[in-house]
Amino acid sequence: MAEKDLLTGEHFIHGDAACAEGGIAAGCRFFAGYPITPATEVAERMAARLPQVGGIFIQMEDEIASMAAILGASWGGVKSMTSTSGPGFSLMMENVGLGMMTETPCVVVDIQRAGPSTGLPTLVGQADVMQARWGSHGDYGCIALAPSSPQECFDYTVLAFNYSEIYRQPVFVLADEVVGHTTEKVVIPRREDLRIVARAEPQAPAHDYLPFDSAGPLPAPMAIAGAGYRVHVTGLTHDERGYPVITDVVQERNVRHLVDKIRKNADKIIRAEQIHLDDAEVVVVAYGCTARVARQAVEDLRRRGHRAGLLRLITLWPFPSQIVRRLATTVKAFIVPEINYGQMAYEVERTAGGGVEIVLMPLMGGSIHTPEEIEEAVGEYL
Amino acid sequence: MKVRYRALHPFDKEAEERHIQEDHGLHPYDEYLKPGRIPHIWCPGCGLGIVVTAFIEAMKQKNVPVAQSAVVSGIGCTGRVAGYLDMDTYHTTHGRAIPFATGLALVRQDLIVTVFSGDGDLFAIGGNHLIHAARRNVNLKVICVNNFNYGMTGGQVAPTTPIDARTSTTPFGNAEPSFNLPHLAHAAGAVYVARWTTYHARQLVHSISQAFDKKGFTFVEVVAPCPTGFGRPNKLGSGLDEMRHYREVCEVRNGADPSEVEIRLREKIIVGTFVDVERPDFMEHYQSLVVARAQAKAKSKGKGKAA
Ligand SMILES: Cc1ncc(C[n+]2csc(CCOP(=O)(O)OP(=O)(O)O)c2C)c(N)n1
Ligand code: SF4
Ligand SMILES: [Mg+2]
Repeated sequence: MAEKDLLTGEHFIHGDAACAEGGIAAGCRFFAGYPITPATEVAERMAARLPQVGGIFIQMEDEIASMAAILGASWGGVKSMTSTSGPGFSLMMENVGLGMMTETPCVVVDIQRAGPSTGLPTLVGQADVMQARWGSHGDYGCIALAPSSPQECFDYTVLAFNYSEIYRQPVFVLADEVVGHTTEKVVIPRREDLRIVARAEPQAPAHDYLPFDSAGPLPAPMAIAGAGYRVHVTGLTHDERGYPVITDVVQERNVRHLVDKIRKNADKIIRAEQIHLDDAEVVVVAYGCTARVARQAVEDLRRRGHRAGLLRLITLWPFPSQIVRRLATTVKAFIVPEINYGQMAYEVERTAGGGVEIVLMPLMGGSIHTPEEIEEAVGEYL
Repeated sequence: MKVRYRALHPFDKEAEERHIQEDHGLHPYDEYLKPGRIPHIWCPGCGLGIVVTAFIEAMKQKNVPVAQSAVVSGIGCTGRVAGYLDMDTYHTTHGRAIPFATGLALVRQDLIVTVFSGDGDLFAIGGNHLIHAARRNVNLKVICVNNFNYGMTGGQVAPTTPIDARTSTTPFGNAEPSFNLPHLAHAAGAVYVARWTTYHARQLVHSISQAFDKKGFTFVEVVAPCPTGFGRPNKLGSGLDEMRHYREVCEVRNGADPSEVEIRLREKIIVGTFVDVERPDFMEHYQSLVVARAQAKAKSKGKGKAA
């Protein structure tokens, strides 16, 4: 069985399949999901693969149930995952909140299509960026990774699982239809070259153990069901023992912990690729499939001797504010092409402050930018 | 923030309608179909066309006025039915056709509201709503096209998929038993429950027209071929092969106990009208139990007091 769970070697697979393989490689052994274009292939791959490696695949009756099921499985001590797209992502939000409040590690893959509502089921969108950040009610920290290729679908699903274990919360892989349906070479590394964070077990004796300790920079290790800790897990505001306490005092500690464990560790979480930024006059900020087009545009401009650069966001959340703030003091403009009406551009503007021009290149969905369009927009500032 | 848009192409109604076939209106059912929407998206051999035809035929037979008809669909191949019918039609979200239709039917009792949707839409994601609408006996005509899978998304398992059948998410065979839809609808409180296959076109028309006559929650299951999603992995052949199969294995048993009409892969399918009863619908109870009392109270309270 051991050799089947990690398909070390070169594969020619699409991004959806790579997300599934990333999950399995990271140790995911429970998948609950619901078919939805363009994420169905993640579930289909899991349906075929999980029973081969001793895992469980279940197609639930909807996405509400899927999200709840992966939380339950996680408390059962098994790394768990689901996949969906816009309409299902919306339905998951209530239990995403439960996962945040109960500090439950798991991974949600969202292969974005164009909305709102049913929108363009088969075509690309990137408009779930803010939903990933703010979709469930209440405050909590958010980690969302945006792959630009099938290889990164694999890599970042593994990373998402690692983050979910370290920070004990649901982590999003925010891919898009183009990336999910692109078929390319994916290299699955050897076991010794793969960094996998295992589920931490509490060491303290039961009477000393605080399952929701908020004193340190990281959450307490999680006591899974049957481990003898008799933990109470609730979506109500709770103290460090997990007991509901309906006061402003405990709410203050509880929610600040949920936000701060990400905020204060942001430097460790944030990933961004900085291409030709050292002397850049104009910087394109892009992610997902758009980053590939943007890279082409920037390389073309460089070949023609222009000082263009690319900031490729890998973690959309936490957002790399420091990099943007630093660049804002030297560049003339940020160009933000994205397949929505300005979700990340808004964040760039908010972070950069007023001194620099922000140019949004929005697409409502269904198509991607061309390198020429981006070059033209950059060109206005060169 | 500056915004650089791509060019916007304004809606050109004339250009869009140029492709409406000049001979629209020649087919006897065209009156019921939105001009310019045909050809439809369904695969060759799909059972959906037969069900739409049966629905239109039942409307004609019962003289159901188009202007007072509304059709509500969820999402799926069956969900696309709404987009072809030339009446007020609502293509809603996956699983929520029934609650949407509940709102519509409650505020507009003059309308005949039909819910036309798939087995996955109505019994997986929408299963909760279906049983509650049946319990409440909301005045809805539900037509469920059961093709034993999620056709639209490419043939995944559904709550109707027979045990051991192959689908794209049950590549080794389905481990789950399926719902017996008439039994479920009956247990939840439907006042009319029937099942036919697309082979039983006339009986289907008859059942839909009987449903039009009833007040309350009616449920008609139509077993239909989906050669693309379900036929292929289970080696059931073409849509026509499946129709032949229905002819061979179906047994008409009107009045059959709904608990005994479960469907198994390649086995006998019992069809017929299983339930036809009367009980007050939601609005009738609401009027007598709530509105009447509330108004009486409002009247007595109003006495002697300045408003
Ligand atoms: C919330 C949500 N989840 C998933 C989907 C994707 N989806 C579209 S149609 C469908 C299944 C349709 O199956 P069924 O109702 O049986 O209709 P059929 O296509 O078989 O007629 C699914 C899962 C969606 N549109 N919305
Ligand atoms: S996939 Fe199945 S249900 Fe959908 S149109 Fe094709 S045959 Fe019909
Ligand atoms: Mg179906």
